[in-house]
Amino acid sequence: MKTFRILAAGLTALAFTGLAHAAGGAKHADGPEAGWPFEGITGKYDQASVQRGYQVYKEVCSSCHGMKLLSYRNLGEKGGPFYDPAYPNPNDNPFVKALAAQNEIVSPTPNDVGEFELRPATPADRFRSPFANDAAARAANGGALPPDLSVITKARHGGASYVYNLLTGYPDFSLYEDRVSEVDGETVYETVIDMSKFDKLGKYKPEQTSYLLQPAGQYYNPYMPGDTRPNYGGDPRHAPPGGFLAMGPQLTDGRVEYSDGTEATISQMAYDVAQFLAWAGDPKMQARKEVGLATMVYLGLLAILLWFSYKRIWRKVEH
Amino acid sequence: MSGHESTYTPNSAFERWLDKRLPIIRFANDTMITFPTPKNLNYWYIFGGVLAVCLAVQIITGVILAMHYEASVDGAFASVERIMRDVPFGWLLRYIHSNGASMFFLAVYLHMFRGLYYGSYKAPREVLWIIGCVIYLLMMATAFLGYMLPWGQMSYHGSNVITGLFGAIPLVGESLQTWLMGGPSIGNQTLQRFFSLHYLLPFAIAGAVILHIWALHVPGNTNPTGVEVQDIEKDTVPFHPYYTVKDAFGIVVFLIMFAVFVFYAPDVLGHADNYVEANPLVTPAHIVPEWYLLPFYAILRAITFDLGPIDAKLLGVIFMFASIAVLFVLPWFDTSKVRSMRYRPVARQFFFGFVAVCLLLGWCGAANPDDPVIPALQGEPSLVVNYTVDGAPASSSYVGGHEAYDAAKAFMASLPAAAAPSLEVRPAPAFAFRHLSLILTVMYFGFFAMLFVIGLGEKTKPLPESIHKSVLKAKKAQSGNAVPAE
Repeated sequence: MKTFRILAAGLTALAFTGLAHAAGGAKHADGPEAGWPFEGITGKYDQASVQRGYQVYKEVCSSCHGMKLLSYRNLGEKGGPFYDPAYPNPNDNPFVKALAAQNEIVSPTPNDVGEFELRPATPADRFRSPFANDAAARAANGGALPPDLSVITKARHGGASYVYNLLTGYPDFSLYEDRVSEVDGETVYETVIDMSKFDKLGKYKPEQTSYLLQPAGQYYNPYMPGDTRPNYGGDPRHAPPGGFLAMGPQLTDGRVEYSDGTEATISQMAYDVAQFLAWAGDPKMQARKEVGLATMVYLGLLAILLWFSYKRIWRKVEH
Repeated sequence: MSGHESTYTPNSAFERWLDKRLPIIRFANDTMITFPTPKNLNYWYIFGGVLAVCLAVQIITGVILAMHYEASVDGAFASVERIMRDVPFGWLLRYIHSNGASMFFLAVYLHMFRGLYYGSYKAPREVLWIIGCVIYLLMMATAFLGYMLPWGQMSYHGSNVITGLFGAIPLVGESLQTWLMGGPSIGNQTLQRFFSLHYLLPFAIAGAVILHIWALHVPGNTNPTGVEVQDIEKDTVPFHPYYTVKDAFGIVVFLIMFAVFVFYAPDVLGHADNYVEANPLVTPAHIVPEWYLLPFYAILRAITFDLGPIDAKLLGVIFMFASIAVLFVLPWFDTSKVRSMRYRPVARQFFFGFVAVCLLLGWCGAANPDDPVIPALQGEPSLVVNYTVDGAPASSSYVGGHEAYDAAKAFMASLPAAAAPSLEVRPAPAFAFRHLSLILTVMYFGFFAMLFVIGLGEKTKPLPESIHKSVLKAKKAQSGNAVPAE
C-alpha cells in the first residue's frame, strides 16, 4: 500500500511536468537569450524598445496585419510607449496626435453629406486596418488571412518569445534553392531548402543533404506549428520541426531606420516588435504588478494579524 | 432550526419589537454567532467559508462585468478586451472573475475530498451532502456557460463538444441539442441564452447554499473524529469568535494564492486559443476544457468501444454523467458505520488512491488520447511502404536506423510506377492515454464499489469516546514524544 502511494505521488508529479510540454511539432520558443525585461514580478516594458517596435509595426507589419483593438490614444496612455506625464489625457499629446495623423483612414462616421471620407486619423481612432475586410485581405495574400496582432502574444503559446523566434527563425535567403522542372510539358518552379545547411535547427539538423520542398506561396519556419513530413525528401522519421506559413521572412538588416541610432539588425527589430506586441496585448501589465504588490503586502499583514488573533482567541481552548 | 437553544436576548425596544415580528437578528445570532461548533476542526474545514467568499466574489465581479459585456457574436470578443483596456480596473475585475472560477473549483474539490475523508455524507447528513452535489452540478453548468462568453476559439469549439454530448442521447438527442442551442448550430442566439443563464444560475447556487447551510445546522458539523457532539460545554465552542477568526485566517491565506494568479499569472490557467476570436470554420488542433473539468473529459473519451446497441459516444456520455451521479448516492454506497477515514485503515488507503486517480484522470483529459503515456518506453517508429500489386494494396515495413530508410527507398525505387508507392511513418504501439484513461475510469467507479465491500467486514481502529477526550489525548501525545497528532 505504501509503495502504491509513492507510485501515485510520482505519477502525479509526472502529470504536472507532462502538462508543460503539450504543444505539438514546432520548435520550442525560447525567446531572446537575455530574456525579456517585462518578465518577473517587477518586470517592466523597455519603453525605448516598445517605441522602436511601434516603428517596425508601422513600417513593416501594418501593410498586412491590423490591430483593431488598439487606438492611437493607447500609445500615449500610462504604461504606453509614448506616454508623457505632461499629458494625462493622451488625446492632447501632440506627439500622439502627430503619430495618428501619419495614417489616413476611412472615417468611421459619415460627413455632412453622408459620405465616409478619407482623413488623417486622430488619437481617438482605431489603428488603421490594412484591408477593408477579410475577403480583401485574403485576396491580397494568396488566400491566407494575416491575423490581427492586437492580442497575438496572448493567443500563441510562448507569447512574445514565439513572435521573436518566428521572425528570426526563417532559413537565410541563401539557403533557398530554386528548381525548375518539366512535368507533363509544363514548367514547374519549386523552392527547396537543404536542411543539412540550416544551422538554426540545432539538434534536429540532419547530417546528410536532405531537401525540404516549400509549397508554392508558403515558407518554412521551425517555430510554426505544422507537419513537414509530406514535404521532406529525407527520412520522414527525422523530418524537421515546424511547418509552413504564408508570410515569408519580412525582416532584413536595415529594413527600418531607427531614429535613436540603434542598429536595425534582424534580431533587434524582432526583439522590438515582439515587445511592442507584448505591450499591445497586455497594456495594463505594469499597473497590474503595482496593484499586485500592494495587495500582497496588505494580505500578508492581514494574515499575520489574523494568525495572532487566532492564537490569542484559542489560547484557553484545548483543540 | 439550528438545533440548539437560542441564547439571544433583545437589548433595545426596537430589537424586542422586531423579535416578535421577524426574529431575524435572533436567527443571525443563532446561526453565525453562538452556533456550537466542534472544537477539533482542522484546516480542511475552512473551505466552506472559502467557498462562500468565492461565490460572493464571482457574483460581485460578474454583475459589474455584465454592465460592460456585449453578448453578440460580433462584439463579445472585442467587448471583453475593451473591459480589460478601457474600463477603470476592468482588467482586475475580469482577471478576478476568470481566475475566480478556477479558485472556486479548487476550493470545492478540497471541500469535497474533505467530506469524503471524514464521512460527512453519512447519516444524519445525507441531505446536506446531496445539496452539496447539486451545488457542484450547478457550478459546472455555470462555469461551462461562462466559458462561452469571451467568444474565443476554445469557447466556441468547447461548447460545440458539450452541446454535441446531448445529441448522443437516443431518440430525443438531436431535438434536445437544437433546443439548447436555439437553432441548428451555435450562433448569436446561443451566446445570448448562455449569457442569460450564466447570470441566472449563480443565484440558484446562492439559494442552494442557503439550503446547504440550513441542512448543516440541523445535525451540526462533522469533525475529524467522526464522533458526534455529546457535551456542548466540553466538545464545542461558539462559532464566533473561535471559527470566524480561524476561517478568516484560512480565507486570507487562500486569497494570497488567488492574488498570485490574478496579478502575476492571470492567463496561465486559460488556453492561448481563447485569445483567438471564435471561427466556426477553423477547429483548434486540440480541444480541451478548463482544468477543473478535465477528469470528466478523460472519462468521456476513455470509452472507445460499442457495448451492444449502445455506441461508444453515448456510452462515454453515460459514464461521464454516471461519474457525477454516483456522488449523489454515495451515502448509501458506503456501508461502514464509522465516519472518519482516520479509523478505517483499509478504506483510508483507497481514499488516497482515489485522489490520485482523480488527478491522473485530469492529466489524461489534458493529453492527446493517442499519445504514449511515457514516450521513453515507446519503441522506434517503423517505415512502411504502401503500394499496390495488380490493384490490391500491399505494404512492407522497415525498422532500424538510417539503413532502414535506405532499404525502404531502394524498395520503392524497385517498384514499377503503377504500384504507386508511398512512404508512411507508423509509430510503434505504446501504452497510450486512452488506455490509461480506461483503467482510471474503472478505478474511479471501483472506489465506490470498494466502499460498499470494505464496509461490510472491516476492522476499524477504536473510536475515541468523545471529541473532548480525543483532543486531550492528542495534546498529550504531542507534548510527550512529538508524534504528529493526525
